[in-house]
Amino acid sequence: MEAFTTHTGIGVPLRRSNVDTDQIIPAVYLKRVTKTGFDDGLFNAWRANDPDFVLNREPYSRGSVLVAGSDFGTGSSREHAVWALRDYGFKAVLSSRFADIFRGNAGKQGLVAAQLTQDDIEQLWKILEENPGTEVTVDLVERQVHAGDTGAVFPFEIDDYTRWRIMEGLDDIGLTLRHEEDITAFEATRPSWMPKTLPARIAEDA
Amino acid sequence: MASTLAEKVWQDHVVRRGENGEPDLLYIDLQLLHEVTSPQAFDGLRQEGRQPRRVDQQLATEDHNTPTIDIDKPIADLTSRTQIDTLRRNAEEFGVRIHSLGDKDQGIVHVVGPQLGLTMPGITVVCGDSHTSTHGAFGALAFGIGTSEVEHVLATQTLSLKPFKTMAITVDGTLKPGVTAKDVILAVIAKIGTGGGAGYVLEYRGEAIRSLSMEGRMTVCNMSIEAGARAGMIAPDETTFEYVKGRPHAPKGADWDEAVAYWRTLRSDDDAVFDAEVHIDADELEPFVTWGTNPGQGLPLSASVPAPEDFTDDTSRTAAENALAYMDLVPGTPLKDIKVDTVFMGSCTNGRIEDLRAFAETVKGREKHPDVRVMVVPGSARVRVQAEQEGLHEVFLAFGAEWRQAGCSMCLGMNPDQLKPGERAASTSNRNFEGRQGKGGRTHLVSPVVAAATAIRGTLSSPSDLQPTA
Ligand code: SF4
Repeated sequence: MEAFTTHTGIGVPLRRSNVDTDQIIPAVYLKRVTKTGFDDGLFNAWRANDPDFVLNREPYSRGSVLVAGSDFGTGSSREHAVWALRDYGFKAVLSSRFADIFRGNAGKQGLVAAQLTQDDIEQLWKILEENPGTEVTVDLVERQVHAGDTGAVFPFEIDDYTRWRIMEGLDDIGLTLRHEEDITAFEATRPSWMPKTLPARIAEDA
Repeated sequence: MASTLAEKVWQDHVVRRGENGEPDLLYIDLQLLHEVTSPQAFDGLRQEGRQPRRVDQQLATEDHNTPTIDIDKPIADLTSRTQIDTLRRNAEEFGVRIHSLGDKDQGIVHVVGPQLGLTMPGITVVCGDSHTSTHGAFGALAFGIGTSEVEHVLATQTLSLKPFKTMAITVDGTLKPGVTAKDVILAVIAKIGTGGGAGYVLEYRGEAIRSLSMEGRMTVCNMSIEAGARAGMIAPDETTFEYVKGRPHAPKGADWDEAVAYWRTLRSDDDAVFDAEVHIDADELEPFVTWGTNPGQGLPLSASVPAPEDFTDDTSRTAAENALAYMDLVPGTPLKDIKVDTVFMGSCTNGRIEDLRAFAETVKGREKHPDVRVMVVPGSARVRVQAEQEGLHEVFLAFGAEWRQAGCSMCLGMNPDQLKPGERAASTSNRNFEGRQGKGGRTHLVSPVVAAATAIRGTLSSPSDLQPTA
């Protein structure tokens, strides 16, 4: 997971509330064997059927900060929803309320789920719609969002532990690897006859 | 301080103790991999540019999706083929040992680990598969994990976990002839319920457990998860050492003596305190079958289909109503009158050589009921070879059964081995969930000898119902 302190990119106004994970990525994409390459599934129904959908329009299609309505990420717990947003290029999602599981999954993958007031979300939508291509800066250190050179600044909330982990670029594995010395020390105490799969030993045929 | 078996194995694997309610960091000795739950874990490694920490503590086999006939032809189902190809590519890229379809050591993960001697007493074993509890039969702490944890183990060879609670399940007395390990565990689950073991490691003990073979012990531990438990364990003893000795990866020479000396310490102290205790009298057990759609809905074979009114609490009553409707059963019908269409003999619960021998012994010299389809699927390629060396396959074929290649097969029907809608099966596997063995299929869980007697009579039966052969 990459460390994240601030990110600046085109803001995408998604004027919808209750966007559930089925809408973020439909179930047919779950059969895959990869954890990457889900970008084509992102908002698939809308992207395929609605030419006016925000991601079908330039310059929004190149966006990396999603400004969504309330209750984003409800429904099924699929981690694929986060993978799809990340693979498309989103670094942060702003909303006035997130579903718990989605927020947890986002934190695991380093996608910033920043909670703003609904008033601030509305203001951001207005800015982004009036000036398409406005770059939004998400500052995790200060917990603030800056909207281009409009001078507008909006505070956001994110829990301390998640913020710390994302700023350090630590996923669960990264956190465990901080104790790598302990693991190595433990390994040194293991008897040599503990199971080893390599080199392979094959039984002789009876 | 006095400790239980599970606590001892846990203690011996703590890399770092969690403080202030944080989890412990637990060392994992062996991870088993298969094609269904590993792809995203490998992809995660690739994405982060990580390598497996201990490639020599990983073992992959192909089992869930593999066909059991025509294994030399390309796999017809595209999703299955992709998952298997992906596992092969990942194994090659990261240097993980793999036993592919057609290889002598291919088979169900939980059959292959013990058979290679990789599963040993006192180790920690994980796999992205809930029936990893099987390996607890050796006195190992073995449990199923999710895909992100598989990645965590690949990268760090550890897991962050809070200790499990412990439950002693004591089975005293002696099993009657025809009553097997499968009947013991079905009776345990019927007694404590499918959620009764939640949060616990179950330790099976008592005379009846001690007298079981390793195969029988694996059957018992395998189904711990059906009681909701994290793991099941049995303290290692001479039976265990005898089974492990001489296997390809078993310790040898002086190592063997040192290992056995350690393994002998792996038992719950006499004054150890369990968080819960359950007692079962083996003398009272009979062959057991399930009538419903969860493994806790079981009864002795001599009983009749229960009525929803027999259950006092609302949840069980509703569950029974739904189950009876799905299973198309009428309350009051003797279980022995239930006709079956298919008998499935196999899976990681009962797909080992001893299970096949028991089945063969019952069907030998007889013919299957004409209306019943019988599939015998060995748990591993090596079990298949051994069965053929012993001539068991001739018994099966003469009986009218299909003799298949190794894999999970109809246990979950991810390959073409499925029940058709409405078809009823007596199955030696571990889950009778709706649609588990094929959409609309109906499953009765049974032991290998009950499966055999059922295949002969065409209705759920035990060997004692059979007429003697001339
Ligand atoms: S045999 Fe059945 S229970 Fe066992 S690993 Fe395969 S699918 Fe799972």
